[in-house]
Amino acid sequence: MVSKEYLLNSEQMASFVARGFLRFDETVPQAINERVMAQMEAGTIKSQPAGTPLSKCYPPPSAIREFLDLPQIQGIIHSLVGPDPLFDHHAVHIRQPNQDRAQGLHGDSTIDVRTHFDIQLMYFPHDVPLEMGGTLLVPGSHFRRINESDIARYQNFLGQIPMVCKAGSVLALHHGIWHCGRQNQTNRTRYMYKIRLNPAVRQLRLWNTDDLADAGFQHQTIFGGSDRERDDIQSILSKREPWFEAGSGRLEIINRIKLWRFLTGDNKFDAHYWLTRLENTPENLAAGSY
Amino acid sequence: MSKRRQKVLILYLANSALDSGVRGWTMYDGAGQEAHTTGDGDVAPYETGLDALKDGWRVIQFPQLIPPYPEMEFTTSFQPHEFIFEKLEDVDG
Repeated sequence: MVSKEYLLNSEQMASFVARGFLRFDETVPQAINERVMAQMEAGTIKSQPAGTPLSKCYPPPSAIREFLDLPQIQGIIHSLVGPDPLFDHHAVHIRQPNQDRAQGLHGDSTIDVRTHFDIQLMYFPHDVPLEMGGTLLVPGSHFRRINESDIARYQNFLGQIPMVCKAGSVLALHHGIWHCGRQNQTNRTRYMYKIRLNPAVRQLRLWNTDDLADAGFQHQTIFGGSDRERDDIQSILSKREPWFEAGSGRLEIINRIKLWRFLTGDNKFDAHYWLTRLENTPENLAAGSY
Repeated sequence: MSKRRQKVLILYLANSALDSGVRGWTMYDGAGQEAHTTGDGDVAPYETGLDALKDGWRVIQFPQLIPPYPEMEFTTSFQPHEFIFEKLEDVDG
């Protein structure tokens, strides 16, 4: 059982729903980073059959098991996909030195229209400066229905994020997020370990929801001036990414509201009235009508 | 003797108007003078599509306005406002 202090809170979960990722800098101790690096360079990280419960993967001695057993990592996994998720696959991503081009932008696997979602943890066991590339991700792209590298034509978006980080940093991604490996322009090899996990339970209030009651849903004033800068759940879900188009950007907020309803079980939740307005189809007759 | 080669600029705009803001961009240089790749810039080459015209780019494709398919009204996918531009450059050879 994961201690509550390590579970995500509701604002972190809302940020994941809105942006499709969470970032945890310098989370893994250096001793584990070094053991993982040694295993990566030696090519000794063994995979498991897809669908294996995560608890059955990486028996000790395994540096990856040490990474996965960190309470912070356990808390991230439990909050997003629940207890003992299924191992889907892993990959050790290696970017060779002095590359002249990046990987094309893509979404992993295939088109995937589920509301239920998988996560991918990306673990960076060594420092990644900008010239080394880092994984590039497009925040808020996870609801877009695309198939793998059909989006490789897109080179740059406003607000894109190159994962520049210190050793021991971790990204938790929604399975649909657009990403790619940026070019490595240094003379050193870049390593990154990725693992995909499938939920084995219904993804319903798996995080620390103690703060959810505080957020207390009620409709807010539309065009409420400074209210829109507040860091509450509705505001987090309503914040547009810089690359969003005007029309599709509004649809993305609706996508987020639907996922938040799914995760909380609160089918009345809304942000700034976007869904409530669409759901208002009264059938009752006005008094005096005949 | 010089030859002409095509440079292509693709701008992803905020809406269907050519003078709306740039949200994303892609460049290919058939003249071989520049190399572009994914994630190589954080600053858009132009603020709007119209700014690209003013800088000598010629529009060669406007995106069509296509109504959403039934049951797909709330689905988001590819960038809908993709404008393609070209420039012809003289190269030696």
